[in-house]
Amino acid sequence: MKIKVFVTPKKNVLDPQGVAVGHALESLGLLGLRSTRVGKVIELELDGGDSPQFRAQLDKLCRDLLSNPVIEDYHCEITGG
Amino acid sequence: MNISVLQFPGSNCDQDAFQLFASGLGLPTRFVWHKEKRLVDTDLVVVPGGFAYGDYLRCGAIARFSPIMGAVREHAERGGLVLGICNGFQILCEAGLLPGALIRNSSLEYRCITCDLAVEDAGVAFNTRTVGRRVRMPIGHGEGNFRIDEAGLERLETNRQILLRYVDNPNGSLRSIAGIRNEEGNVFGMMPHPDRCFERFHPSRDGVKVARAVLSKRFPEILKESAA
Amino acid sequence: MNSAELPPNPDPVLNQPITPELIKKHGLLPQEYDQIRQHLGRVPTLTELGIFSVMWSEHCSYKNTRPLLKGFPTEKKGATENFGRVLVKAGEENAGIIDVGDGWAIAFKIESHNHPSAIEPFEGAATGVGGIIRDIFTMGARPVLLTNSLRFGELDSPVTKRLLRGVVAGIAHYGNCVGVPTVAGDVYFDRSYEGNPLVNALCLGTLRHDQIRLGKATGLGNPVYYVGAATGRDGLGGAAFASKELSAESSSDRPAVQKGDPFMEKLLIEACLEMMAVPGLVVGIQDMGAAGLTCSTCETASRGGAGIEIELDRVPQREEGMNSYEIMLSESQERMLVIVQKGREHEIEKVFAKWDLHAAHVGTVTDTGRMVVRQHGVVVADIPASVLTDSAPIYHRESARPAYMGETSGWTPEGSGLPDVDLPAALAALPRLLSHPTIASKRWLYRQYDHMVQHGTAILPGSDAGVVRLRLGASEKFIAIKNDCNGRYCYLNPRRGALIAMVECLRNLVCAGATPLAMTDNLNFGNPYKPENFYQLKECVAGLAEACRFFDVPVVGGNVSLYNESPEGSIDPTPTVAVVGFIEKESHITRQFARSAGHRLVLLGGAPAELGGSQFLGIIHGLKTGDAPAVDLAAEKRLQDLLL
Repeated sequence: MKIKVFVTPKKNVLDPQGVAVGHALESLGLLGLRSTRVGKVIELELDGGDSPQFRAQLDKLCRDLLSNPVIEDYHCEITGG
Repeated sequence: MNISVLQFPGSNCDQDAFQLFASGLGLPTRFVWHKEKRLVDTDLVVVPGGFAYGDYLRCGAIARFSPIMGAVREHAERGGLVLGICNGFQILCEAGLLPGALIRNSSLEYRCITCDLAVEDAGVAFNTRTVGRRVRMPIGHGEGNFRIDEAGLERLETNRQILLRYVDNPNGSLRSIAGIRNEEGNVFGMMPHPDRCFERFHPSRDGVKVARAVLSKRFPEILKESAA
Repeated sequence: MNSAELPPNPDPVLNQPITPELIKKHGLLPQEYDQIRQHLGRVPTLTELGIFSVMWSEHCSYKNTRPLLKGFPTEKKGATENFGRVLVKAGEENAGIIDVGDGWAIAFKIESHNHPSAIEPFEGAATGVGGIIRDIFTMGARPVLLTNSLRFGELDSPVTKRLLRGVVAGIAHYGNCVGVPTVAGDVYFDRSYEGNPLVNALCLGTLRHDQIRLGKATGLGNPVYYVGAATGRDGLGGAAFASKELSAESSSDRPAVQKGDPFMEKLLIEACLEMMAVPGLVVGIQDMGAAGLTCSTCETASRGGAGIEIELDRVPQREEGMNSYEIMLSESQERMLVIVQKGREHEIEKVFAKWDLHAAHVGTVTDTGRMVVRQHGVVVADIPASVLTDSAPIYHRESARPAYMGETSGWTPEGSGLPDVDLPAALAALPRLLSHPTIASKRWLYRQYDHMVQHGTAILPGSDAGVVRLRLGASEKFIAIKNDCNGRYCYLNPRRGALIAMVECLRNLVCAGATPLAMTDNLNFGNPYKPENFYQLKECVAGLAEACRFFDVPVVGGNVSLYNESPEGSIDPTPTVAVVGFIEKESHITRQFARSAGHRLVLLGGAPAELGGSQFLGIIHGLKTGDAPAVDLAAEKRLQDLLL
């Protein structure tokens, strides 16, 4: 089973890195840019299959460790379960 | 007054924090390795600066799950004193012992400079009488930008939980917040380093005042001692 | 010395015939290959060819510069029983060590990472810092400060801006995370460094005399341990030998530049110092730097007059299917080789388990004097260690005074036709000079470096020299440190430019209140096969040596970086010097800054009318000519003594 966890700064939290990257993109000619956010992807490869219990466990891990809910959002993509 | 300084893999200001209390304040101080499960004979737990676990994932994100943190939580719940400095502040926020979070400096650069800080009236222990109206303390961080949601910010201001504010905001922190305490007033966190302003040749010796103020929450008699 | 032919290598790719092309790709001359064949009594394996190629390279063997370096004084004449003796001399070990009294000593050295920083400025600079820190704690010393000397092209070029940002961020990233303060340094921006930035990093550590550990393998049967990070294919993309011919892995999987992990290094520092504190446990220790496992194995064996056998299967690897060539030449960072007292293996394993680091028993000390390497039960390399470390050919390069010096040395302000500088001209020139990046404040740089961790920085960056309080057990001592080199003076007059680099550095220390103690140097030059470049190298070394002898400042270690040039030409000769000074009393510490109005300004030493090689000539008139300023060593000494 392959899991991708996408962690991004919450929309209402200032993302200094996103701002800087956005400016750089504009200086390289990107027009019409409205916003930029920089996040991270955590890729996991696991034995075993998908299940409601597993999803609940994954959610908790995402909230406890992989993201900081105060400042970040996350969502997961699961394949092969 | 017994001080315990935690050591995580990657803590690099643990020696500095130790010396602040051991030689700056002359108090019995010991190190506690992060794999320990208990805190013995401790009045103040100091979570020092550095790059615990390399700051991987997020600053303090992994350190908060270290075995010792369970004991730190219990100690705090019993009213014991906790002080988080720089990375230590980040760890306490990740652990939920302090509200809010620290993100990357708005300049995106690490900053090592000495800052003027305005002392707030933050309760019986930490205020302009016990610390002074202003202090000068060095900072050294890349992620010191304090963030919290609207409701949280309201609570911090209303409950007078803000300890220090930067006079010239060096990192973009909301309302120039440099340090806070929890509602109960026994857990303190600050980005500036009291462990870098206590020696004769340091930019100031205000670190001693700040450390004393923190301790005065449980040991008010410490304020009666004359300044070293 | 004859050995039978070795069996085929377990990896079929390595069983290629050794062709003249292959030899050339490894940077070896035909006559060097012949010497190798003679030493071995047979044709080398490809793994052995790779090993020779790196051990006999300029970087590891100093084959073009060794004769010159013998001119440096390596002992302190004025040392007493109680202060200042050189305990480990230049060239003997990974870093030199000098006594600072009361049973304490300092270990320090400077090293370059120029070429990697040109390719990947962030990682190049970061791993440069990581490498020099390892050279210090491998001696048993706790690293307590860093300095650096940086040289870039003119700042108005986008390439230079990118290099500057990357290098500074890389140094900051590594130094800050590992927790060693960067307290001093120097930076110049000059056209001659365009495309060839210089990144020289220095580390200094403290230790008691009884804590000194050497990189020597001794004790027949003692286990050889590998500690730290796992080995990957780092650095092999940059090897002389083309990547795709090395193994089945594609070249994209092979990073050309090493990537550093300061968190890993911090753990390694603590684990190693903890291990070295256990009496009798560590017999010898060396870091794995350039050519990692190869260099550390044969050097420790050679120094100890012993042999070492290594089992590559036991080496922690983070990539699949690495062959013996890759494992022996990998430049993965944050690894150390430790010779442990037989029977006490569990003690070292316990320390490293505490810090969650690998500690693998990979080999054994023998008495054959040979480095024998096995993989999958097959011997893949079998070479006498001393042949690798001591038998590299020594070359005496040709030297010729550069043609341009005929013209530049004759230039004078009077004969130049330049207008006299009147007051308005001076006032107009001053802001232009002060705002030139070479002269202007470097605050943008050093505020990105943590210069306060370890709570001992007594003078912050921006003054003449860094001053640090050393915590030595229950006592404390103060030292000052500074890096200097004006490459333009060295270009115009190599010998005198080098003298000036030293006297300038000494003056900076004395102004901070310190008595010069010892120095380390990083010689940054162009291609030594060009006689003009070699002349510069020879003359600069002579100048440094003269100054060191005159002021009794021994060289305790250093580094040579050659081939710093591009088709446009070579960099200005840049023999960077870093001198450490000792401050007797805390009250002697003096800062550069004016304190309050009403204080007087006194100029000591006169104001000679000279312009040769000056920033004024360069910035205002676009000229790089004249002779370097005059130097009077006796007058300098009198000035220093007066100040102290």
